[in-house]
Amino acid sequence: MTLTRTLLATTALSMTTGFASAQDMANEMTIVSWGGAYSTSQQNAYHTPYSENTGVTIINDESSAEAVAKLRAMNEAGNVTWDVVDVVAADAIRLCDEGLALEIDADTQLAAAPDGTSASEDFGELLVSDCFIPQIVYSTTFGYRTDLVGDNPPTEICAVFDTETYPGKRSLEKRAINNMEWALLCDGVAKEDVYDVLETPEGQEQALAKLGTIKDDVIWWSAGADTPQLLADGEVVMGSTYNGRLFSVIEEQKQPVAMLWDAQIFDLDGWIIPAGLSPERQARALDYIMFATDTQRLADQAKWISYGPARASSAPLVGQHADLGIDMAPHMPTDPENAKNTFLYNYEFWADYRDDIEAKFQAWLAK
Amino acid sequence: MSDTTQSSPVLAADGRPLKHSLNRALRRQKMRALALILPLLAFVLLTFIVPIGQMLFRSVQNDIVQNTLPQTVIAVQSWDANSGEAPDEAAFAALAADFKTAVENKTHTRVGSRLNYETPGISSLFRKAGRKAKRWDLETDGPFKEQFLDIDEDWGDPAIWRTIQKFSPPVTSGYFLNAADMQLGDDGVEFRPENQQIYITLFKRTLFMSMIIMGSCILLGYPVAWLLANLPSAKANVLLILVLLPFWTSLLVRTSAWKVMLQQQGVINDTLVWLGLVGDDARLVMINNQFGTIVAMTHILLPFMILPMYSVMQTIPPTYLRAAKSLGATNWTAFWRVYFPQSVPGIGAGSILVFILAIGYYITPELVGGTKGVFISNRIAFHISSSLNWGLAAALGTILLAAVLILYWAYDKIVGIDNVKLG
Repeated sequence: MTLTRTLLATTALSMTTGFASAQDMANEMTIVSWGGAYSTSQQNAYHTPYSENTGVTIINDESSAEAVAKLRAMNEAGNVTWDVVDVVAADAIRLCDEGLALEIDADTQLAAAPDGTSASEDFGELLVSDCFIPQIVYSTTFGYRTDLVGDNPPTEICAVFDTETYPGKRSLEKRAINNMEWALLCDGVAKEDVYDVLETPEGQEQALAKLGTIKDDVIWWSAGADTPQLLADGEVVMGSTYNGRLFSVIEEQKQPVAMLWDAQIFDLDGWIIPAGLSPERQARALDYIMFATDTQRLADQAKWISYGPARASSAPLVGQHADLGIDMAPHMPTDPENAKNTFLYNYEFWADYRDDIEAKFQAWLAK
Repeated sequence: MSDTTQSSPVLAADGRPLKHSLNRALRRQKMRALALILPLLAFVLLTFIVPIGQMLFRSVQNDIVQNTLPQTVIAVQSWDANSGEAPDEAAFAALAADFKTAVENKTHTRVGSRLNYETPGISSLFRKAGRKAKRWDLETDGPFKEQFLDIDEDWGDPAIWRTIQKFSPPVTSGYFLNAADMQLGDDGVEFRPENQQIYITLFKRTLFMSMIIMGSCILLGYPVAWLLANLPSAKANVLLILVLLPFWTSLLVRTSAWKVMLQQQGVINDTLVWLGLVGDDARLVMINNQFGTIVAMTHILLPFMILPMYSVMQTIPPTYLRAAKSLGATNWTAFWRVYFPQSVPGIGAGSILVFILAIGYYITPELVGGTKGVFISNRIAFHISSSLNWGLAAALGTILLAAVLILYWAYDKIVGIDNVKLG
């Protein structure tokens, strides 16, 4: 198990912000996230300033990938050791459904925008669950090797299924979500009908059949770092991953890779607070959330990673990359140039059908 | 005189029967011995046996249905599953009442997921109904049969109700059946539809590939162990370090190194193309398949084969070989008839170690196995951390554990566990 614990500076300062007094809050907290460049961006934008302001020791745990399973186990054991957990929206919905996450009232428990706009309006429809505090908008999209596609770079999603024009391996995530949608889109299903078709067993067969046409050409990934590595090695001609990972391959590592933004699928990532914390720890977690999801903090995070801040009021504040000094706005998935054709991930659909479709997909994969 | 000695027992110095006082003295000794191992026993029991037992128990545990839908479970008892129709209003009203409580306690999605393992589609039915049930008034909003059918007409499907009825007891065989690609159909146990069967394939593949890995470890390890045991000690020590060095390197590093070696743009393919042995457009596929898993795991498990072989071979006196040769044996006969039989205990120990380690391997197949080279443990991990079907994971784990124990028993019967030596 890779439980990385980083102890932060513990320069003892008394609590200055927030509503509750420092005595009522725990002065140590465990924050769970995904690790890698993403955790670094949170460290720089949230953890370090928060520790400096409050003197709280923050312990980092990189277990977000198994967060639901572990929270369930902790809940059964009656000993929840995490204070704030970074999860994707779908997991937050699941945790909220099962009563494993604390419900948050956006308007009283989150900071308002600087111009006074309430938090619920500022986040808008990104508040997809009562327990979920959105942090970033990211997209799952494709990157391709510029040197392997000749004079004919791919401009639309169906290039993934076109092995004649673009021979070579592709990398896709080892799960049904996203792949099934792309398969149907490229099998002639209209964008607005995708989830209606996918609801039926015939539609699921159709999607798997379309994926079957490239099954032998696919390397299936399970970690977000796989596709960037495969692209850098030239093992695949194109592959799906999170847009921030591709940004670092293209801009930081200067690999011959370019973005294929067509039909990128937006998703959200954010915080939840586990249910059943002691009052002191819960107060501390809420105080942290209030600080870390305010307008400035969310904009700050974009200095280190190319994910869009979840607040409308943060977007104008997005500046330049902290080390590279390039403008971050054109690299955001939400940039108008990149978001010409996007696909909206349907949370409710996947909450309802995930178990069914995932089981079929995994059996199909093993054949 | 002889009469008295025969009838009365032998007495100790203090006048008690000798047998008793001997027993007492021994009992004290036994207690002391037990007290010495007590900490270890308690430690193993608390941290190993109890948690594993609890985890394995999940493979049959099913009280979630009864606990979450108590009234429904009673109401469907009287329903005739073969009637071809959904039950009457009473059952629906009971379900509505159960839903109301379950939604408040946030347990309805869990029981939905549980029943979904048996009949796909139930999870979404439960979620949809849960959203509506929140606002129901049990007194006035009836009849609930219409309400449920209004939400989704699948509530009228008898198959849904048969599943609730069939899986209402607190103990279930469902997970074990699923782990064997079977299900509890309407006419008893039957195989699952073709497109849902994977576990038997995976079990067979796991056993078969572990055998191959064990075999290649023997083939590669035996000469190395022989060299280690027979070279002068200075050279043998250097060689031993070469064996141990990879052993001390992180598993992930070694696996990733194999990726660099084996991939299509990797070192081996590049060399072969440079030598002109394969065309640039026909590079060999050596990773993300069974071959990749076998190569990487053979390398990783090799020290577990070499070390027991080496320590057994060290104990074989070289004079035996010399004696055999001086009596006229050829090199081969001397090796095969004299040396090899004595080294068999080392092969046995190494094989058991490698095979049992291989059968439960998880990280390496996940990284280099693609879809065809993954093991059953990858599915167990998937069900524990991703699909959250812990019951099925526990059933798969139990079967794997039983398979290892059976193989161990068979080994004991065929080869004899006394013939296994670690040195």
